[in-house]
Amino acid sequence: MNSPIRKVAVFVAIMMAALLLNLTQISIIQTPSLNADPRNRRVRDAEFAEQRGAILVGNTPIAMSVEAGGRFPFVREYSDGDLWSSVTGWYSYDYAQSGLESSYNEELAGTSSSQAADRILDLLSGRQPQGANLSTSLDPAAQAAGVQSLGDNLGAAIAMDYETGEILALVSTPTYDPNRLSTVDLDAARDAWAELIDAPDEPLKGRGTREVYPPGSTFKLVTAAAALEDGMVPSTPLDAPVSLPLPNSTRSIGNSTNCGGTTVSLEQALMTSCNTAFAQLGMDLGADELQAMAEAFGFNQDPTIDIGAAVSRFPEDIDEAQTALSAIGQYEVAASPLQMLLVTAAIANDGVLMNPHIVDTVTGPDLTVLEAHGPEEIARPISASSARLLQQMMVAVVEDGTGTPAQIDGMVIGGKTGTAQSAEDRPPYAWFVGYAEDPTVAIVAFVENADVARDDISGGRLAAPIFKSVMEALR
Amino acid sequence: MSAAVQPAVSDEVIVYKKRRNIELVLILFAQSFGLAGWIITSLNLYGELPEGVIPVAVIWYVIGIAAHLVVRLRIPYADPVILPSVLLLNGLGLAMISRIDQIPEPVNDDARTQLVWTLLGLVLFAAVVIFLRDHRRLQRFPYLMFIAGLVLILLPLVPGLGVSSGGAEIWIRVFGYSFQPAEVAKILLAIAFAAYLYEKRDVLALAGRRFLGLDLPRARDLGPIAVMWAMCLVVMVYQNDLGTSLLFFGLFTVMIYIATERPAWPILAGIMFMIAGVAAFLFTPHVSRRVNAWLFPFSDYDRNLQIISAQFGYAWGGLFGRGWGLGRPGLTPLAKSDMIAAALGEEIGIVGLMGIIVIYALIVARGFKAAVTSPDGFGKLLAAGLSFAFALQVFAIIGGVTRLLPLTGLTTPFMSQGGSSLVANWMIVAILLIISHRGRMPQAATAAPREAGTVDDATQVISR
Repeated sequence: MNSPIRKVAVFVAIMMAALLLNLTQISIIQTPSLNADPRNRRVRDAEFAEQRGAILVGNTPIAMSVEAGGRFPFVREYSDGDLWSSVTGWYSYDYAQSGLESSYNEELAGTSSSQAADRILDLLSGRQPQGANLSTSLDPAAQAAGVQSLGDNLGAAIAMDYETGEILALVSTPTYDPNRLSTVDLDAARDAWAELIDAPDEPLKGRGTREVYPPGSTFKLVTAAAALEDGMVPSTPLDAPVSLPLPNSTRSIGNSTNCGGTTVSLEQALMTSCNTAFAQLGMDLGADELQAMAEAFGFNQDPTIDIGAAVSRFPEDIDEAQTALSAIGQYEVAASPLQMLLVTAAIANDGVLMNPHIVDTVTGPDLTVLEAHGPEEIARPISASSARLLQQMMVAVVEDGTGTPAQIDGMVIGGKTGTAQSAEDRPPYAWFVGYAEDPTVAIVAFVENADVARDDISGGRLAAPIFKSVMEALR
Repeated sequence: MSAAVQPAVSDEVIVYKKRRNIELVLILFAQSFGLAGWIITSLNLYGELPEGVIPVAVIWYVIGIAAHLVVRLRIPYADPVILPSVLLLNGLGLAMISRIDQIPEPVNDDARTQLVWTLLGLVLFAAVVIFLRDHRRLQRFPYLMFIAGLVLILLPLVPGLGVSSGGAEIWIRVFGYSFQPAEVAKILLAIAFAAYLYEKRDVLALAGRRFLGLDLPRARDLGPIAVMWAMCLVVMVYQNDLGTSLLFFGLFTVMIYIATERPAWPILAGIMFMIAGVAAFLFTPHVSRRVNAWLFPFSDYDRNLQIISAQFGYAWGGLFGRGWGLGRPGLTPLAKSDMIAAALGEEIGIVGLMGIIVIYALIVARGFKAAVTSPDGFGKLLAAGLSFAFALQVFAIIGGVTRLLPLTGLTTPFMSQGGSSLVANWMIVAILLIISHRGRMPQAATAAPREAGTVDDATQVISR
């Protein structure tokens, strides 16, 4: 009987070896993804108890961990939480995190790979581990001007230095106080969450980057860019009928503004935001060309900004009527305010799109720079000459077109208004995108519940002052 | 079956070294692990020595020394490694249960109960060693033991007695104590199979015909095997427990293979079990759910929380663990019983858990060694069967907790909370030690059957 016993023993040895191999496999292959899983409460609790790095504007922390005592030794505090909520986001125990707290979670917690050596040193020396600090490019005056001028409106305003890609202000209203979610009193945090998530004005939505809306007439910048790239010039005449019947459809497009004739130049069409001219132009250029232009500006692509952002959409495989509607920013075109800002910034920067970023440097607790984000070119959607022609047309919009409310004494301002509607029964969206030559800043202003008439001038009248007050803060 | 036959009478006597002093040193060393785990837990959690550290340490070491003395006096040739290994595992189990006791407010006291069960297990261990002395006395009542084993397995299906836990119905509750009868049934059935197969092995092996290169037995000899297969099916379908069913079927298959030396048996049995397993997967919701939780745990986070949390625990513990008292084993449901291997993996790390698996493998290896050296066939079969069942149980539960296999409700021998399993496993250790004692004692002094010199191979006399 010994021979089968030995064979069975070998079989048992294989079973035991399988157990050991499987544990090896867990340790090597599965551990990283299991520890990265947000549902792993062990990791979450440990991170929540740690001293997280601060988020700085200049030398002032807008988010920092302070000692609390009790179950969690540190609590996250936001000085002036309402002002910066759209930048910092929240950091909570039960509801994860958002904003920079989310996109730089590993650096702030000190768990990113660039901080691995620090962690080992902390472990060996018994030092309290500490996360890295984020230095941002934000400007407190511009941020405050954005919050103030948006007021009670639901909307967003973003300012960016188009030569460097630095974000100077990122506002989404209504704001909220992230301290209510970051508190170590978990019951209070739960109540605050329930209140904020159910609030009718949805303050937790990141309207600047995480939501997409029909861009309306501001999208005519993309259509105009495609036309210039196609060889047209600002004086190229365009058909601008009073009403443009849509092919294979009973519907037609009308104008909400006076186009100034039935044949207008491209520049005139942009100045008056002439719907029929741009719809016809869109059909002449074709869906493919429009789509290629939109994608060159960043539509249908993952945003590169260092904060959570949604993909802006330009529809694919559309027919002529849909192309006509898309050319004026209706139909299924959807853009985040950030996306329209990037379109403007690329035009203002002579066709060169710089990588938008909020965080300039990530510094460790010992002040070594772990990560630095300088100016970085990410795309050249249009040629420098087309960009200059577009700049000239946008300046005309502000000097003599629908964008006159954005004029600032002593500054060269270019811009474009927009009013878009998503449904008949809800208020239209008001847009204004623009830039100044000095300072080199592009700004988008967006109001979601614009309680105005459904025409372009009204949208401009509502959104342009927001643009103006942020721009004046940066002067 | 020459293996059962003693070497022809000769003047040479093989004398194994007893190694009892080494056993004592190993026991004291092994016991220190559990004690250290308990003390470190308290230091890490409260910064002070646990309450009553001296009396507990004294009781703990006295238990080990007492077990050693029983072995030393009654079965001095027993294997010297098995007892220290078992005490090591038992100690780590106690320390981990005590550590998990500290999680709720106010703290639990389950470790004390488990210590009492350990004492009871050791009393039964001593009783078996003292009163049984020769395992061949177990050979007498195979059918009685078989029936008793079957009744125990089926007991959880009796209405009012059975308790369902985690979907599996393998528990009974008597006078407020829950009890897993399969643990005791495992011993009874191993004895019954050993006795039955030792008697019938030639018939099973030689009668029958060859088919497709396999030696198949006669139909009527298949009877008891078919009964066993049906039993396992009942366990699988009605008690919803793949693990227990696998345990018994594996035990039976391996023992019949060892008895007959015919590979046809395990092949046939493997096919039958696979058919039953596939059928259970297709037609019972419980088995398919377990399989699904095994393959795709994250598909349903809430339902598979237990296995997912165990995986998170391993990841969080890493290679060397968080340390005693510093992990979060309380996040995993049933951390003290089914999932104690997860709790250990989290706090003493993947490396610590690997050490535990190696200790289990050592016990199993020593069990097989006892089987190989045992002079009588019944002892060989019994030792091999018990060792294999032990190994299979360790494989099924640790494999389940580490997601190598679907999770089953088996206990982790000597470690998980629960008296029935602990006591039953201590009795298995006693039987293994007795068999190893018989195998290692000087051959001239054995009371083994002397038929070797008087009877030829073809006609065996079964001594009664």
